[in-house]
Amino acid sequence: MAEASTDDNLVNVQIDGRWMKFPRGTRMIEACRQAEIDVPHYCYHPKLTSPGNCRMCLVEMGMPPRLAPGQEPELDEDGHQPIGWMPRPVIACANTVADGMGIRTQSTLAQECRKGVMEFLLINHPLDCPICDQAGECSLQEFSVEHGNGQSRFLDQKVKKPKNVKVGPRVRLDDERCIMCSRCIRFSREIADDDCLGFTDRGSHTVLTVNPGKELAHNYSLNTVDICPVGALTSEDFRFQMRVWFLKETDSICTSCGRGCNTVIGTREDKVYRQTPRENNEVNSTWMCDRGRLDFHYLTSESRLTDPMIKDGDTHRASDWTEAIRRAGEGLLKYKGDSLAIIASGRMSNEELFMIRRLAEALETKTIDIVPRSGEADQFLVAEDENPNTNGAIEVLKVRKPGSKLANIRRKIEDGTIKAVLVFGENLIKAGFEESLLKKLKFLCSSHILANPTAQLSDVVLPGTAAAEKRGSMINVTGRLQRLNQAAQPPGNAMQDWEILRELNQSVSASDEFEMLEDVFATLSTKVASFRGLTLGKIGAAGIPLIETEETIPLLEKERARVAAGQIVG
Amino acid sequence: MAKPKYIEGKEPHPREHRMIFRNVDRKGWSADIKCYLKDGGYEMAKKALAMEPAEITNEVKASGLRGRGGAGFPTGVKWGFIPPNNTKPVYLICNADESEPGTFKDRYILHQDPHQLIEGMIISCYAVGAKLAYIYIREEFPEAAKIVEEAIREAHENKFLGKNVLGTDFELEIYVHRGAGAYICGEETGLIESLEGKRPYPRIKPPYFPAALGLYMCPTIVNNVESLCHVKHVIEMGGEAYGKLGTPRNTGTRILCVSGDVNRPGYYEVQVGKVTMGEVIDELCGGLKKGRKLKAVIPGGSSSKVLRADEKFTIKQGDEEKEIGLLDIPMDFDTMAACGSMAGSGGVIIMDDSRDMTWVLNNLNEFYAHESCGQCTPCREGSLWMKKITARLVRGGGLPEDVKTLQSVADNIEGKTICAFGEACSWPTQSFLNKFGDEFKKATKRSNVKKPTNPEAEIAAKGLVQK
Repeated sequence: MAEASTDDNLVNVQIDGRWMKFPRGTRMIEACRQAEIDVPHYCYHPKLTSPGNCRMCLVEMGMPPRLAPGQEPELDEDGHQPIGWMPRPVIACANTVADGMGIRTQSTLAQECRKGVMEFLLINHPLDCPICDQAGECSLQEFSVEHGNGQSRFLDQKVKKPKNVKVGPRVRLDDERCIMCSRCIRFSREIADDDCLGFTDRGSHTVLTVNPGKELAHNYSLNTVDICPVGALTSEDFRFQMRVWFLKETDSICTSCGRGCNTVIGTREDKVYRQTPRENNEVNSTWMCDRGRLDFHYLTSESRLTDPMIKDGDTHRASDWTEAIRRAGEGLLKYKGDSLAIIASGRMSNEELFMIRRLAEALETKTIDIVPRSGEADQFLVAEDENPNTNGAIEVLKVRKPGSKLANIRRKIEDGTIKAVLVFGENLIKAGFEESLLKKLKFLCSSHILANPTAQLSDVVLPGTAAAEKRGSMINVTGRLQRLNQAAQPPGNAMQDWEILRELNQSVSASDEFEMLEDVFATLSTKVASFRGLTLGKIGAAGIPLIETEETIPLLEKERARVAAGQIVG
Repeated sequence: MAKPKYIEGKEPHPREHRMIFRNVDRKGWSADIKCYLKDGGYEMAKKALAMEPAEITNEVKASGLRGRGGAGFPTGVKWGFIPPNNTKPVYLICNADESEPGTFKDRYILHQDPHQLIEGMIISCYAVGAKLAYIYIREEFPEAAKIVEEAIREAHENKFLGKNVLGTDFELEIYVHRGAGAYICGEETGLIESLEGKRPYPRIKPPYFPAALGLYMCPTIVNNVESLCHVKHVIEMGGEAYGKLGTPRNTGTRILCVSGDVNRPGYYEVQVGKVTMGEVIDELCGGLKKGRKLKAVIPGGSSSKVLRADEKFTIKQGDEEKEIGLLDIPMDFDTMAACGSMAGSGGVIIMDDSRDMTWVLNNLNEFYAHESCGQCTPCREGSLWMKKITARLVRGGGLPEDVKTLQSVADNIEGKTICAFGEACSWPTQSFLNKFGDEFKKATKRSNVKKPTNPEAEIAAKGLVQK
């Protein structure tokens, strides 16, 4: 017998003529993928159960003959039994490999199957490509190039179904485009625990709809748009905004809460058009919540700060960086030491927090804190901590208990001990600081992205950059170090936050040799134990586990349980 | 048991062997338990409960009983598929969805002799270890549901069902579950999904073979109404004696449901393989209508392949090969299969030379297009497409390429679907085109070819062009 599994767990499988080994229980489609053969499919998704309804993944399969008791197997020169090819094709997504199995993905039978399914899907499909958002990332378009016919043989009337149906606040449905793969139904039921979608009517008139009395409104509804292979489900926010082939895609992470879901940011000419989740099986699987996904419109808000501002009497006037930094530096130096407080943000990157630390050292102040923000965690991905980098503030900025010093700072402003505050990326009015309190300060310098009451009260306002506009790293609530990448340029004269801090540092201490962000990280890694030996480049697209935490990710736990139960591939 | 007398005009034909249908149309017969008991009913249940469950399965295996729902799968073998070390509850489901066009036998058992079914189910449940059984009755049989439920209530009263059946520690509850008007609920896994309260989407096999992962993912045996009735008679005569009825490997009796262009359409219970097609038409059914010639026969329900009246078939008899005609085919499972069709559910549809085959195929296609559940691509799209083409052929809009397209659409469905509905909807098209291709070609006209039109554009254009 062919070197049967020295490991009893591996089986021999021949795929398109090549013999390979796979763990017992591997789905045929996954075995092919590992062999670098893409079996086309629509309804199959590794994170969902496999209904096997699209029939696109039909392949030719064969098994060695079943031996009679006492019969010796016939072996070929490689030690394999001959394969008896079955006349009936099988689906690759729901069947597992067996020892001695043969799979043909390119045979005449397999190709005929695909051509047949392709034709069937297209006969009632509306000619919507020119107006359909899915164009450019549509499975139907993609597979029809290889497996479809140039011309249609269908000479009758297509089935008409509802078009442009609002199934929820963020998702639009076109039933004619739907190929009834049921991915959206399975996602809502299996992953989002909200059985809101289903089919009604039957046969060729089957229609996807919301179940009676329900809406597709859960906080993960836009994931159905991601996984819909065609343009049946489209995003309200993104529809008709931009053709996907124009989008530059940048890998980054979401910063709307501490989970740090991995994302792809789609931009064109420095404008963000959409965010989609990126697979990371240690953070967010292949999903992200709607709130975080859509949280980018503030980047082009009217209240975006584009120039440094200096207070002149009661109003602010736009200035240049040289003057603004000089003014800021003067003010900070004047009140350095115990009369200065620095309030940073849990939304700043590790590199920026490190620069704050150095600035604090240069200004001889130990009164440092960040503004904590927490919301309600859900049982999927949303973390209770709404700051994306609280762990960074703890590790890098050494803020042992975020938010614990704020009350004290308020008291000291009240009694006059603290005369100056430098705040980065936080509106203090929303952090419990009354306007009257801030007016007591002799000097207030702040950096923001958007205009807000704190900026209104500041003597110097420095326009910074948003998460999607910068590079850097953050540590999420589960202790994973992940990278931000720059997807767009900040508007106007806004400067990278780390560079603002570098300028401030130079202004107050004539130090700072940092030329590039990598240099900041390099120095950081020598000063923070957990970062020892790392470089910004080493972090990679999937991030690195950095510190241990108690945090678990409910969605991933459920996914692992489903994988263990054999329900999904994972 | 007394020799039954039948209602005038409804007496069985002398060539019939009334076993399952012994009490159908019987004079003085009623569906209640008193009548059934007086006739010696439930004695076989008593006999079975004194046997070991494995013994019963062995008798059924020895009898050679094959399923009467259409597939003809050996019943004893099916019962043996329950995993040996099973610890989950076992369920038995009686498939009373009888929806195959041309089939009308189970309805008479349900309406007129429900206790025979219940007795058969008690024996079967005891054999497979089921404590809970369901009778899934199609929505279109509301009376039957009432009658069967009453019969179950009576059986309970008489201790044939409940916690201690006939004083033994065997317990059994049977419930009637009504369908909602879908042919696909006759597919065993479609039925199971419907029973669980879901849309009747058949399950993929592997892995969801009902004997292992059936109702609520527990081992489940799904049997046809008639098959379960046969079990009672197997126990009565013993497997070996039952096996002597009919012909080897095609044992017992079966109920033929003959419809179409004959003088006496109706139900006829015969020994399997002991009656030929010609005898069915001429003797049992009194021949074709006056002045007409036989054109085609669908022998086993609309899903079976059609046979031409003038066709010749080569079959094996022992070591020899023999050529026979349509009328010589014995009404059994194996010969019918060897002739390129199937015995199926027994729905024999006779067509004479007044029938237009394009109309017949379109009629069948309308049924399948309407009943496709829509779960998988080829059947969902293809069944309606085939219907649209044959509809055009019938109303005179046939195009030259239609025949070739029809053939290839049917070929693209067969073997590519989740369940046998794919075969069911494609075999009629394939066989009609194969056997009567000329008629279909004649229905196409080159003159029908014109530029494809878009009716909506035409209507819109009329509004746009000002006169």
